[in-house]
Amino acid sequence: MYTFQDILMRLKEYWGRQGCVLQEPYDLEVGAGTMCPETFLRVLGPQPYRVAYIQPSRRPADGRYGENPNRLYKHWQLQVILKPSPDDIQDRYLASLEAIGIDLRKHDIKFEEDNWESPTLGAWGIGWQVMLDGLEVTQFTYFQQCGGLDLEVVPVELTYGMERLAAFLQGKSSVYDIQWAEGVTYRDVRLADEVQFSVYNFELADVATLWKLFELHEAECARLLEAWPGSSDKRRFPLLAAYDQVLKCSHLFNLLDSRGAISVTERVAVIARVRKLAVGVAEAWLRQNQGEAAA
Amino acid sequence: MNRLPFLLEIGTEEIPDWMIPPALEQVREQFTKLLSEQRLGDDTVQVRVEGTPRRLVLEAANLPERQPDSEEWVLGPPKAAAFRDGQPTPAAEGFARKMGVAVGQLEIRQTAKGEYLGCARKIEGRPAQQILAAALPDLILGIHFPKTMYWTGKGGPRFIRPIRWLVAMLGDQVVPFELAGVRTGDVSRGHRLLGSAAVRVTPGDYAQSLRENYVLVSAAERRRRIETEIARLLGPTGLRLRSDPALLQTLVYLTEYPTPVLGGFDPDFLGLPEEVLVTVMRHHQRYFSLEDAAGRLAPNFIAVMNTAGDPEGLIRQGHERVLQARLRDAQFFWRVDQHKTLADRLPMLAQVTYQAKLGSYLDKARRMARLARRLARMLKLDAAPVERAALLAKCDLTTEMVKEFTELQGVVGGLYAGRQGESEEVWRAIYEHYRPESMEDPIPATVHGKLVSLADKLDTLQGCFRLGLTPSGSRDPFALRRAAQGVVRILVEGRLALPLKRLVGSDQALVEFFEDRLRYYFRDVRGFRYDEVNAALAAGWDDLTDLESRLTALQAVRPTENFEPLAASFKRIKNILKQAGVALSAATRASAVDEGRLEPGPETELHEAFRRLRGRVRLLRRRKDYRPALEAIASLRPVVDRFFDRVLVNAPDPAIRQNRLTLLTQLLSEFSAIADFSEIVTTQEEK
Repeated sequence: MYTFQDILMRLKEYWGRQGCVLQEPYDLEVGAGTMCPETFLRVLGPQPYRVAYIQPSRRPADGRYGENPNRLYKHWQLQVILKPSPDDIQDRYLASLEAIGIDLRKHDIKFEEDNWESPTLGAWGIGWQVMLDGLEVTQFTYFQQCGGLDLEVVPVELTYGMERLAAFLQGKSSVYDIQWAEGVTYRDVRLADEVQFSVYNFELADVATLWKLFELHEAECARLLEAWPGSSDKRRFPLLAAYDQVLKCSHLFNLLDSRGAISVTERVAVIARVRKLAVGVAEAWLRQNQGEAAA
Repeated sequence: MNRLPFLLEIGTEEIPDWMIPPALEQVREQFTKLLSEQRLGDDTVQVRVEGTPRRLVLEAANLPERQPDSEEWVLGPPKAAAFRDGQPTPAAEGFARKMGVAVGQLEIRQTAKGEYLGCARKIEGRPAQQILAAALPDLILGIHFPKTMYWTGKGGPRFIRPIRWLVAMLGDQVVPFELAGVRTGDVSRGHRLLGSAAVRVTPGDYAQSLRENYVLVSAAERRRRIETEIARLLGPTGLRLRSDPALLQTLVYLTEYPTPVLGGFDPDFLGLPEEVLVTVMRHHQRYFSLEDAAGRLAPNFIAVMNTAGDPEGLIRQGHERVLQARLRDAQFFWRVDQHKTLADRLPMLAQVTYQAKLGSYLDKARRMARLARRLARMLKLDAAPVERAALLAKCDLTTEMVKEFTELQGVVGGLYAGRQGESEEVWRAIYEHYRPESMEDPIPATVHGKLVSLADKLDTLQGCFRLGLTPSGSRDPFALRRAAQGVVRILVEGRLALPLKRLVGSDQALVEFFEDRLRYYFRDVRGFRYDEVNAALAAGWDDLTDLESRLTALQAVRPTENFEPLAASFKRIKNILKQAGVALSAATRASAVDEGRLEPGPETELHEAFRRLRGRVRLLRRRKDYRPALEAIASLRPVVDRFFDRVLVNAPDPAIRQNRLTLLTQLLSEFSAIADFSEIVTTQEEK
C-alpha cells in the first residue's frame, strides 16, 4: 500500500517526467493552488510553462474541529499546469492515476461537466470533475480567463484532492486514518491543526482586527499599483510583492467570512475589491513580461 | 445516379450529457438543409444522428454521388442590338464567341426587360464530396452550445469541448477537410479504457466496429442495455427500481458503454428521512434508488458505470464507500441540527441577509407571517397554523443539512418541525412552501402550504419590484418569473378565490408583470387562444378562479354561430364611440337613454332587447354562470346586425346622435364585464 507521502512523491515524479518544473508550496496562505503566482501569473501571456506543486489550501469555513471524517480546514492539493495544454492531455492525466497504482481497466472513470470560476481572481475555465468510482478526485479545467483577461494560450489546470485520493487508495473511510508515512497517520500529523484553527476561525478571530488587516493589505497593494505606471524601471518593479498583498486580502476575506462577519450583499462588494487588485496586478504583470519578451 | 452512404463523426472530449441531444438535432437540421440547398437531397436520403459524450455522429444513407446537372441561361445583348436586317451584328457574334458556340445556337427569349439573345449552358453537377468538404467545417462550428470554449489559442475556433478527431467518409472515400488543426480521416477511437485508440471504420461497419471497441453509438441501445441489466441484477433480489426517467437520460449520455452495478449501504442510515437519502443518491451520486416489495426504500442503489463490468467488485466497493461517506455527513448534520429547534433558530435569521434593502430573513419571515395571516382570514380559515408555519418556514436556512443540501430547503424544515412536535398543518406547510419550483412541479397539496407559499412569493415580488429589481431579458436573478408563475398556478389550480390585484397593491409594474404571467400561463400552458385571454383580461381581473371561469365560458361559446359576428359588432361599436370621443366613464354609463328619441323599428328593438337581457345577464354573472350569460349576450346578434343595417348612428340631429351613442355605450359596458369581445380576432380578420 502506498502511503500518503508515497502518493504525493509518485505524482510529482510523474509530472516531473512530463516536463513540469517541480515547485514547492507557496509560502503564504491561499484558498487554492490556483492562487499561487506559479499559476495565476504564469498562465498570462504567450510563454509556455509547465509546473507541478503541492499546495496546502486553507478554507476556513470548511473547518469541522477535526470531527468530520471528510471535511478539512486545510487540505493538500496537487496543482499541475501545462501551458499550452497538449492535445492528449486527458490520456496523460489518466496515466498519472496509473502511476499511483490505479488499474483503470478495473475502475469507473467519468468526466462530468464542472466549469470552474473564481470571482475573486477574475478567472474562469471550462472543464470537468473527474469521477473515479463515484468519487470526485480531480478538477480538470481549461482556463479561458484570468485576472479578467482572455488568455492568449490555453493552459490546462489539474487539481487533485490528495486526501480523497489517498483515502480511496488506502480504503479508509476517514481522512484521519490515512497512513501518512509508515506508522504515522494523517491524524497524528494534522489533527491539532484542524482543531485549533477551527476554534480560531469560528470563535476567536477578532473581526475588527481582521478588517483592519484587510484594509492595510489592500492599501499597500493599491499604493504599489498606483506607483506602477510612473515607475522608471519596469523590470524591477515589485509586482510580485503587490500580488502577495492580494493573497493576504483573499485569505482575510475568507477568515471574515467563516467568522460570519460578511453578509451576502457585502460579500459581493468585498469580492469586487479583491478582484480589482488581482486584475490590476494581472494587467501590469502582462505588460512587464511583454516588455521583457521584446527586450 | 450512384448513391453512397455518408458518415460524419465529430470526436471530442466529454460533452456535458444534457447538451448532446439538442446538438445532434441541430446537426440533423443543418445537414438536411445543406442537402436541399445543394440539390443533394430527396426522399430516398435518410439522415440519422447519434451521440455519446465523446462523439457527435451523423449517418446518411443513399446520398447522391454528385449534384444533378443543371442548365443556366446566360443573358446576351438585347434582340434589337443583336440583329440588323436579319443579320447578326458584331455584338451577337462577340457574345457567341465568348460562349464558344455558333450564332445559330443562340436563342432569343422573352425576359422581364424585353427580348434578349442568350445562350443555354449546361452546368455539370459538382461531386457531393467536394460540396461536403467545403460546407462541413462551418456546419460543425455553427452548432450552438450554451457555453463554448477555445483551446487552440485566443481567437481560435470555439466549440463545447476540444475536437480531437474527425471522421468524414462518403462511401469508402474520406471527405477531406481540416478543423481546429484536425484533419478528417477514416480512423475513429474506441472506449477510452477498453477499446482501441485507433479504429478504422467505414460508413457501413461504423456502429459494429465501435461496438467491438466498447462504444455503443446508439443512445437507444445504451438505454436498453441499462434497463435489461438492471432487471437482471434485481431479478433474484425482490427489489424494485424507483423509476427515474430524467436520471436514466443523464446516464445514457454520460456513458459510452453503460453497465449497472448493484450496491448497498448500512441499513442504519435508513433512520435518515427518505428525502435526504434519495437526494444524496440521485443529485450527488447519480444513483437509482430501490424499494422493497412493500414500497419501502431499500438500503441499496444502482450505479451505472461507464465500463463493461466489475468482476472483482472494486467499482461497487468504491461507490459504496463514497455513498457511505456522504450519508455519514448527512447523519452528522441531522444529529447536530437537533440540538436546536426551528423556533430557537428564529433569532439566528437576523444574521442571514435576505437582500440588503429588504433586510434579513427574520424580517422576511415576519412579513410572510403577517401576509399569511391576512390570506387565511380572507378565506375564513384559522390563521394560527398558517402564521406559525410562515414564521418558521425559513429557519432551516441555518441548519447544517440545508447548508450542505440546499435543494432540500423547506423539506428539511418541514421534517424537523414534524419531529419537534409542531402540528401536522404547520410542518406540512413548511415542507412544501417552496413549491412549485417549475412548471412541472406540483403545487402545495395542503391549503396551509399554499398560503405560506403565496406569502413567500408575494413578499419576494413586492419587495423586489419596490426596489426596481425587475427581470430584464434573460436576467432574472431573483427568479421573479418563477415566483409569479407559482402564485398564478397556486391560485388557479388550487382554486383559491383570493383578490390578487388587491394583494399586489398599487404597483403598476407588478400588475403588468402578473398580466404577462397570466397570458403566458393561460395561453402556453393551458392552451387558450391569445385573443380569448386578452378579452378576459381586458374585462378586468382580480380573483383568478373567476378569470379562469370566464375564460372557460368564453372558449365554450366562441364556436357558436352568433358569437364571432357579435364580437365584430362590438368592435365596431367601440370604434364608433372612440371616433365620437365618448369616454366609457362612469358619467356616460350613468346617463340614461331617452326612450322618446328612439326611432321605432331596429333601434327600439335593440333597446328593448338590451333591457330585457340586462337583468338576466346580471343575475347570471352574479351567480358566475358565465356560459349562459355569454350565450344570452350572443343572442343579441340579429338585433345588433339589424340596427347597424338600418340605423345611422351619426344622425344629423345632435340630440338623436347623442342618444344613440348613449345606447351603444351602455350596451358595450354592460356586456363587456365577462370578456371584452372587441379583443376577439374574428376569422374574418385573420383572413
